[in-house]
Parts: sequence; C-alpha cells; structure tokens
Amino acid sequence: MSPVFADLVGQDEAVDVLRHAAAAAAHIIDGSPGQGMTHAWIFTGPPGSGRSVAARAFAAALQCATGVGCGDCHGCHTTLTGTHADVRFVVPEGLSIGVGEMRALVLRAASAPSGGRWQVLVIEDADRLTEAAGNALLKAIEEPPPRTVFLLCTPSTHPDDISVTIRSRCRVIPLRQPPASAIASVLASRDGVSPDVAQWVASAAQGHVGRARRLARDPEARKRREAVLAVPRRLTGVGACFDAASALIEAAEAEAEAAVAETDATERAALETALGAGGTGRGAASAVRGAAGQLKDLERRQKSRATRAQRDSLDRALVDLAGFYRDVLTLKMRAPVAVVHADTEQLASAAAEKWTPESTLRRLEAVLACRDAIEANVKPRIAVEAMMLSLWRG
Amino acid sequence: MTSTASPPIVLVSGDEELLVTRAVAQAIEAARAADPGADVREYEAGALSPGEVAEMVSPSLFGGRRLLVVRNGQDAKKDLAAALLAYAKNPDPDVTLVVTHPGAAKGKAFADGLRAAGATVVPAAKLKGQRERVSFVRDEIRRNGGKCTDDAAEALLAAVGNDLRELAAACSQLIADTDGRIGADTVARYYRGRAEVSGFTVADAAMVGDVPGALEALRWALHVGVDPVPIADALADGVRTVARVASAGRGNAYQLASSLGMPAWKIERAQRQSRGWSPEGLVDAMRAAAECNAEVKGGSDDRGYALERAIFAVAAARQGAGAGQRGSGAR
Repeated sequence: MSPVFADLVGQDEAVDVLRHAAAAAAHIIDGSPGQGMTHAWIFTGPPGSGRSVAARAFAAALQCATGVGCGDCHGCHTTLTGTHADVRFVVPEGLSIGVGEMRALVLRAASAPSGGRWQVLVIEDADRLTEAAGNALLKAIEEPPPRTVFLLCTPSTHPDDISVTIRSRCRVIPLRQPPASAIASVLASRDGVSPDVAQWVASAAQGHVGRARRLARDPEARKRREAVLAVPRRLTGVGACFDAASALIEAAEAEAEAAVAETDATERAALETALGAGGTGRGAASAVRGAAGQLKDLERRQKSRATRAQRDSLDRALVDLAGFYRDVLTLKMRAPVAVVHADTEQLASAAAEKWTPESTLRRLEAVLACRDAIEANVKPRIAVEAMMLSLWRG
Repeated sequence: MTSTASPPIVLVSGDEELLVTRAVAQAIEAARAADPGADVREYEAGALSPGEVAEMVSPSLFGGRRLLVVRNGQDAKKDLAAALLAYAKNPDPDVTLVVTHPGAAKGKAFADGLRAAGATVVPAAKLKGQRERVSFVRDEIRRNGGKCTDDAAEALLAAVGNDLRELAAACSQLIADTDGRIGADTVARYYRGRAEVSGFTVADAAMVGDVPGALEALRWALHVGVDPVPIADALADGVRTVARVASAGRGNAYQLASSLGMPAWKIERAQRQSRGWSPEGLVDAMRAAAECNAEVKGGSDDRGYALERAIFAVAAARQGAGAGQRGSGAR
C-alpha cells in the first residue's frame, strides 16, 4: 500500500479507489487519457473514521511526484504538513463556515496550480457550510477549472449535512467505522501502545481512531471518561441528577477552556502587536485607538470557537454514556457482540439485571435526544439536566 | 433677614434622580420664600474651584440671602472638599449650601465630613422593594391632596412600572382627573396592562400550577417585548430550583443556601412552590422545559405557542403526579 494511505485504518476499498484515481490523475498530467479521476469528491463516514485523513492523503497523492503517494517526495511531504502552495485546508474552528470566507477560497481555487499538478481545496467539516457558503461553493463545483480538485468531508450525504446540489456533482467515498481490531493493531504497531491497552481503548473509542489514541496517551482523557461512566451509578435521586449534570457541564467547560485558553491569549497578543499596542513614541497611542473594534471581532470568533470546543467535549461524554447504555442492552439481550466499555462491564451487567429492556432503551434514547438538543442550540445545562432526570427515572 | 426656617447646610444623599431634584427644588423654594431676591447659584463639583467657594460664601456688600447648590459632590477634588468642609464648620446664616451626593463609596469622606459638621441630611436613595414603592405612591397622592388605598397603589405600580418619575406623573394625572379619592377601580379605569413582566413572573405562576396567571403573564411579557428565549430559560430555572430545593429536604433556608448555592429568599420561595410536586412530575416538567428551549430557538414556527404549551405541560406534570395526594405533601 502507498505510504500516504497508511494512516487510513481499516478502509481498504476506499484506499483502492483513491489510489486508482491518483494514478489516473498522474496520467492526465502526463497528457495521456486517465480514467477514474474527477474534480470533486465527498468523503463520508462516522466521526473518527478518518474523513479528513483520507482527504489529506488523497491530496498528497495528487501532488506526489511519482503519482502514487510515496510520502517522501517534496509534494507529499509539504501537503501532509499543510504547507503546499496548491493545497488549501479549510478547518472551521467556529460553529460554521461563512459565505465571505468561501468566496475568497473559491476565487483562489480558480487559479492555475503553481506547482504544475493540481489545485486542491480540502474542506473539512463541510457540514458546517452555511447555506450561502454552500451556494458559493456550488458555483465553483458546477463549472470547475480544469486542474482544480475539491475534497469535502461530511458525516453523511444526508441533505442536513450537505446540500443535494453539491452532492450530485461529487463522487462519494464512503468510509466505514474501522473495526476495533484494526485500530488496536495500528495503535500497537505504530504508536507503541501495549497490546492489551490498545485493545480496550480501541473498543472504548467506538471506532474513533483519534479518540482511541487520545485515551491511550492522555491520562486526563481517561479520567474524564471514568467520571462520565460513573454517572449512571450516581443518579440516586432528583438532587443527584442536578449535581451530576452540573459536574458534567463544568468538566466540559474546563476542558474547552484548557483547549482554547492558550491559543486565545496568543492570538490576542499577536493582533495587539499588529495593531501597534505597547509601542512607544509619537503616534503610538493614536495607532491603538480604533483597534477596539478589531479586538471585539476577534473575541467574537474566539467565543464561537470556545462554544464549539465545549459542545465537542460534551458530545464525547455523551457518546461514552450512550455506549454504556448500549452495553446494558446488549448484555440484557445476550447479544453476541463485544461490549464497548470493557472496564464497566460488571456495572452494566448489574444494571441489566435490574432494568427492563424498554427502560434501558428509553435511557439510551434520552442520551441521543440530549445530543440532538445540544446540536439544536438548547442551553447545554438544560438539555443535560433533562437527560439526567430521564436517566434516573428510566 | 436671617431666617431659621432653612438649615445652613443640606446634604442630599442618594441616587434617585427624582428625589434629588425635589430636595434641591425644595431648598431653593425655601430660600426664595425667605427672601424673594435670593441669589441662587448652581455648580458642578467637578468644575468648581475653591476660590469660587470663598467668593460665594463671603459676606456680600448688599446683604441678602444666597443659595449655593453643589451637584455631584462625589466629584469634588481634595482642595474643594477641604474648603467646603472648613466653611461648614462655621457657616454663614445667610447662606444655604446644598450638596448632592449619590451615597456611594466615591467621595464618602466628604459626605461624612458634612454630616459631622451638622448638615441636614435629606435621604434620596433608590426605593427598594415593593413596600417602599407602595408607600411612595400613597405619599405622592397624599401630598397632592388625594387619598389612595394600598391595592390602588399596587395596581398603579403594576401598570406603570417602577420608574419614580413616571409614577409621580401618573399620580398627579390621577389627582387631576378624579376627585382625589383613588381606589383600585379608579386606577383600572385609567391604566391597563402590566409594565414590568419578566420570564420569572411567568415561571413563578407556572410552578405553583396557576395556569391562567402564567398565561396572562406570558402574554404581557411577549406584548411588552420580552424575548421568548429568556422566558424559556426562566421556566427551566424555575423547575430546576424547585427540584433542587425539594430534593434537599426540609430545612432552614439560610443553612441550605450555601450547600445549594442559591440565595435564601429563592430557597424559601422554592420551598413554598415545591408543595404538590412529585419527583416524577419534576422529570416531566424538566423535559417540557428542555423541549420548549429547543422550540424557542428555531424548533417551532410559533415561539409564543411553544411557551404556552410548555406552561400547560408543566402544570400537567404537577397535577398528573400530585392528583389525589394534595395536602399530604410531595410524593
């Protein structure tokens, strides 16, 4: 297998298609007719299946001097590190990708590739495109310049995620949830995690490669997961539900705060320096005047990013919690599948003896409803409190 | 010429603008009453120099009363405050000095110095609490030669709001329009509606099962322009408060305050509201509140209707679980 695609865990079919397309793309550059390459691709799959990894690897293969994605040449290397002049990554940090940003990107994508191969625009989280931004992108995808390739990543091709008009002009590469065994072997072979740890983090991560890696490496992440999995046992009454909800919210806030605090401070300092703060001498004071608006704008963007970080963290916790109730249900029904959280299997089987399948299912539904509610902008605290109360009652 | 009617130094202490203006106007009136040719000068403390003070308070060649109004006493600089305090120790009986001060920490030494020098203090603090406002309305009507009952004052407060200027204007208008005897029906004839309704009014009514009251409050709140989102949040907060207080068990509100992280008055109110609620009912109510929160944020076409439904759902949750057990407490 070509080295750039080695990071795609358990996606053999997708890799075959992409390798074929990369070879075809190399033929097109040579001037001979190549089959199997097109100008717009959508990578779909559950979180953690490696949508953005696939897009990045494919971009590298397109820029590769040998046309297969060797991983060593200048084109591969600069693409993978994100410094290639003809590859543009759009990684939304906030809650959405706006139309202004998209127009600038589309304009830029229309230019000829400076390296002589392909102009590539990679949009990670294309499901965060606003409607107007999607339409701006659609214009470019409808009439693409000859050497421009659009790579979009979305969870699915459902109209909620990506508009049907864009979808119909793209080739879809569906990625599957990588099996736990594949993740475990990658963790063990490439990250040097001991095999037994690799096995349980792979199953606890529920097919999310990045999450498995984080659980294996970061003791903080493991601690947070344990706190979340202790929730079902702590729900002893109405008051305990509210305590558990506020503990969960506070943990999410703290995690988000830790994730963005440093970047926020650096960004602010950089902008202030750029605007002339801290300068001395004539005119220094008047240069800073009028900078408040720009600082406020930065703060607004940072707030959007913090909100997203908090939601993401809460979502991870809810996925873990949903996994626990799934375990209870599988144990209750004696389903022949492995449990997600191997370390809480005893707790889950104790719960399975006590609860009826119906009430377990209701609890599982409550967790999933809470995820939807947070997605729909409900105040996280209110959504989580309602969920905890439902979990307690069953 | 010398009159003992007006005190030589007046300190108007407080930040309620209407009362401050009135106190100053009263002092000026008193000075004019004693001597129609009284010389009235007004200054901002921030822009007044000690020299001007000395000129103002030194005896005039022609005699006559003088009134010196120094506004915003908290802005007085050190030397000005010293000059005024020095004068206050030995005031001229023909001169009246009026200083206004908002009563906050800024320039507190100056205000205290005036007090110590024997200044007459006129309180003009903002009114806090419903009772003070009711008595303000009654006094206001009495001052204008009318009579007013407590419930009429309450009705006027509900209709006009808490702004004292508007209340004073409403009082004098009522006196002018009627024979001076003002009851609740008189107020109802001239004023309708509710001026200050917040989401909490709605939530409080919903939590005690008062559906008509909650719906009325909701309609008024939407009518005066309260956004549906804070109303939905208040509804969820109402359920949360009751649930947390009820699950904490019975106890002294002041002792529970620290463990629940809420002020004692809120706990006391929630303890009253928690009668008739069962844990099951609270679960349903919280779910209704969460659904309502999603609906007012774009999940529903009609946000007012979503709130109405949430009120009904909260009331139903209270009733469904509490039916047949009323009086025997929760559970």
